Amino acid sequence: MNEHPVIEIALKLNGEAASASVEPRELLIDVLRNRFGLTGTKRSCDVEVCGACTVLVDGLPVSSCTTLAADADGHEVLTIEGLSKDGELDPVQRAFVEHGAMQCGYCTPGMVLAVKSLLAVEPHPSEETVRHYLRGNICRCTGYVKIIEAVMDLARRKEK
Amino acid sequence: MLPRRFELHRPTTMAEALNLLAGFGDEAAPYAGGTELLVALKARVLHYGHIVDLKRVPGLRGVREMADGGLAIGALSTHHELADDALIRARLPAYAELSGNVANIRVRVAGTLGGNLCFAEPHADPATLLCALGAQLRLAGPTGERVLPMREFVLGEFTTAREEGELLLCIEVPARPAGERAAYRAFGHLERPAAGVAVAAVPEGRGWSWCIWVGAVSGRPVRLEEVEAAARGLSGGEAVQAIEHKAALAAASLEVHDDIHGSADYKRHLVSVLARRAAEACLR
Repeated sequence: MNEHPVIEIALKLNGEAASASVEPRELLIDVLRNRFGLTGTKRSCDVEVCGACTVLVDGLPVSSCTTLAADADGHEVLTIEGLSKDGELDPVQRAFVEHGAMQCGYCTPGMVLAVKSLLAVEPHPSEETVRHYLRGNICRCTGYVKIIEAVMDLARRKEK
Repeated sequence: MLPRRFELHRPTTMAEALNLLAGFGDEAAPYAGGTELLVALKARVLHYGHIVDLKRVPGLRGVREMADGGLAIGALSTHHELADDALIRARLPAYAELSGNVANIRVRVAGTLGGNLCFAEPHADPATLLCALGAQLRLAGPTGERVLPMREFVLGEFTTAREEGELLLCIEVPARPAGERAAYRAFGHLERPAAGVAVAAVPEGRGWSWCIWVGAVSGRPVRLEEVEAAARGLSGGEAVQAIEHKAALAAASLEVHDDIHGSADYKRHLVSVLARRAAEACLR
């Protein structure tokens, strides 16, 4: 008899219904990368400090490296793969490209998703707000200037 | 790294949660946001055969006003929710500010106030200010509920007065005295504070009556009563000077250790600087 039964989870993943059988201890990042092949989500610090593993759960950023996959049950998960629509980059992705706001690119998926969640609730943030919000997303290449420029440009361009 | 194997229980009532904890004893751990527990399970410094997820137990989230005008904060409210909560922002703006500065946005979105207090990692912010605000904690256990002051809850590093099988229901912050101003200032070069100081000032005569707590430098928040006494009744500028000076003296006698957050000397220096900044913020 199995002492630790698997848990069936049903979630909305990048806009589509998805399900999986997971072990209680399994982490969201591993299920995303290994079961669903969504390898845009990166593991780096593994202790919720660096932000490389950021995904949005119900629109809010979480560290998928330190989230139980079981906790995604019944929720909406957005990874970097779900951001572009019909082959068109999301405006946040487009701004990062236009500003060269990436070097090695490892922090980029987490950075982009964090920005996406901020702009969803605050379309015109101050630079101070942007810096505060992104404090937990670390760019090991130290390319912060262009990242902030991309976000501030985006915030202004979103003015309608 | 993966945690060792455990069974995940997801009770949907408080009675069910308490029964699970009573049944499994020290083999079970309550689980909320997981920002402390999961990190420890992954590092395998902790292991429990049974994890009791409280997120499906109703009534543990959100802020409500109590009959006496104070606020009851559900233990499973996240730091992010509290930073944005209308009642917290209006009544306890210093706490809203603190909550919006905990760690980073992902930790604030997942992490809960109750989990933070019950884990009792000394390098944390909330406990220090809640001590200064005279908060009380309401716990539920197999034999009923009890209330104890925040000041008596944290016993030391990772140790609280919560008994095995007890759950924290809510944090009750009494109605604020008229004219009270409060502020919390912390500093660290890592995400966690190396030192944090909470100050509350209530008008008294021509000056102020002070309540000053320091956190993160020791195993539990410590009240600086001699600093409070020295500043009592002084006018604004004099009080700030007295607080900075006396806090430096008081810090010298605190039990502080060298660690990754800084040397003991450095952290003692921070206490004095942060006490001044928090006092200045109160008077601004």
